[in-house]
Amino acid sequence: MDIKQIKKDFPLLENNKITYLDSGATTQKPQQVIKAIEKFYKKTNANPHRGAYSLSIEATEAYENTRTKIAKFINAKHKEEIIFCKNASEALNLIAYSYGLDNLKEGEEVVLSIMEHHSNLVPWQYVTKKTQSNLKYMYIDENYEITEEEIKTKITEKTKIVGISHISNVLGTINNVKEIIKYAHKKGAIVVLDVSQSIPHLKIDVQELDADFVVFSGHKMLAPLGIGVLYGKREILNNMKPFLMGGDMIEYVYEQDTTYAPLPNKFEAGTQNVEGVIGLGAAIDYINNIGYDTIEEIEKELVKYARQELSKLDFLEMYMTPNEENHSAVISFNINGVHPHDVSSVLDSQGICIRSGNHCAQPLLRFLGFDSTCRASFYFYNTKDDVDTLIIGLQKVYDMFKKYIKK
Amino acid sequence: MICLKNILRNKIIRLMKTYIKRKVNLMEDLTDIYNDLIMEHSMNSYNKKKLDTRDFKKKGHNPNCGDEIEIEIKLGGENKDIIEDMAFSGHGCAISQSSTSIMIDVLKGKTIKEAKDIVKTFIEMIKREIKDEEELKKLEEAIAFKNISNMPARVKCALLAWHTIEDILKRSVNLSKETCLLTDLLTKGELYGK
Repeated sequence: MDIKQIKKDFPLLENNKITYLDSGATTQKPQQVIKAIEKFYKKTNANPHRGAYSLSIEATEAYENTRTKIAKFINAKHKEEIIFCKNASEALNLIAYSYGLDNLKEGEEVVLSIMEHHSNLVPWQYVTKKTQSNLKYMYIDENYEITEEEIKTKITEKTKIVGISHISNVLGTINNVKEIIKYAHKKGAIVVLDVSQSIPHLKIDVQELDADFVVFSGHKMLAPLGIGVLYGKREILNNMKPFLMGGDMIEYVYEQDTTYAPLPNKFEAGTQNVEGVIGLGAAIDYINNIGYDTIEEIEKELVKYARQELSKLDFLEMYMTPNEENHSAVISFNINGVHPHDVSSVLDSQGICIRSGNHCAQPLLRFLGFDSTCRASFYFYNTKDDVDTLIIGLQKVYDMFKKYIKK
Repeated sequence: MICLKNILRNKIIRLMKTYIKRKVNLMEDLTDIYNDLIMEHSMNSYNKKKLDTRDFKKKGHNPNCGDEIEIEIKLGGENKDIIEDMAFSGHGCAISQSSTSIMIDVLKGKTIKEAKDIVKTFIEMIKREIKDEEELKKLEEAIAFKNISNMPARVKCALLAWHTIEDILKRSVNLSKETCLLTDLLTKGELYGK
């Protein structure tokens, strides 16, 4: 596979002279995804599940076929275990409200990792306060990893819910989620697994992982903004109250009472982001076409090169595990003495897009002792040229600020 | 056919010129902004300290990028309507910190009324609502931030201090007369006596 050919599939990258290193925030979209949405609106647009006319049946099929496709993509047992949401944040709130509020008692525990995104953290603060249960954290060691000891110390008989990201969006640490899930189940807890940063890069098999809930956002894996997926084990979802209520999630509606629809519709109130679902289907086709093996191969070499070149800059400090096999495509760093926001401004003037700030992980950054970092995140459409451009850019930043930096 | 080709060619040249101009401007703006004055105020500000006594203090915060400041102000004069002293503490990007420090230099010694006018003018300059050089003279050194109006991503950083002080100035009018306001502020813990 010719790496340079891949970039040609992405119109925004082809048409703009930018070096896009913020795929952790959102990925660029291939022509195939954009065209699929255009085709839907030109040929198949109607409100699924509502009409009895052929066009509506076609729209329903396009929508439901994608659900089946996603179930196959992540190896879910049943397609009704796939619920469409706006994004991972909404999926996590659904779990917190519909499962968390009803399944936590006073004195019980929710355990999260300190590297969680605000979306897998803030809802649990609300839920634990409401149910008078306790919120605890698994902390990272000096290698930015969670040790086995930490897992076994923090997850106890009192723990009922464990929330964990597969890959940290700040540190790129790949957590040993299989082990965490196994141990949590042993202790009688369910696990909420956020694969937003991992599913773009590696194969997720929900049955093999045995996670109880899995969430991800489509826009971080080539799909449009505004579509996300919640996977939940059927028995658990069946016992949960609905989250959002209204059209389509009902069976019978009377003036004072309503019965709810079965899965998956129970959790899909109102007209959904159908174009997003179609786009997500096309994104999965694109990834399957390239293949996760190729994606992993490209990224392994690319990120190794990035790590190597960035370490040569002595004015730069990187925050990532030294164990390469536990590190994904995200590199957080700082130029000593220069605020990340200033770094990204100067890089922006050179057409380089990185993220600076707290990356929706304030507790993590506070734990590490800083308020913000720069972050470069890579995807398979990036090349070694992009890394070289970043290096030159960072050198320019340092040259601009070095006379002002206090020694 | 040749006509069409020329039209297309000229259009492309125009687009390229705009692109290059924009790129050059962006770099120029940056070199303008990160100059000695701004960087000195950002890294080594003599205004970064605690006042011995203060009348008001207020925090300002840009949650997205982590810029944080706390401004202290001491009022003086017969009617407590002159900014006798001001200082700040905080951390953040060079723009937010230097903007705070330079603002303090400009507002120190001014009356509350003058200060309010200067703050209004600065905000309008950043929002590109004033371009008149005469009007902008009252901003003194703060005119150094004029080019921030071309950098939308940095507007919040430059304005942080000025929005924070705007808030304080609104409450500090007639300090000696508005005793109920004082009590209110005392209860809230935002007012400090000697």
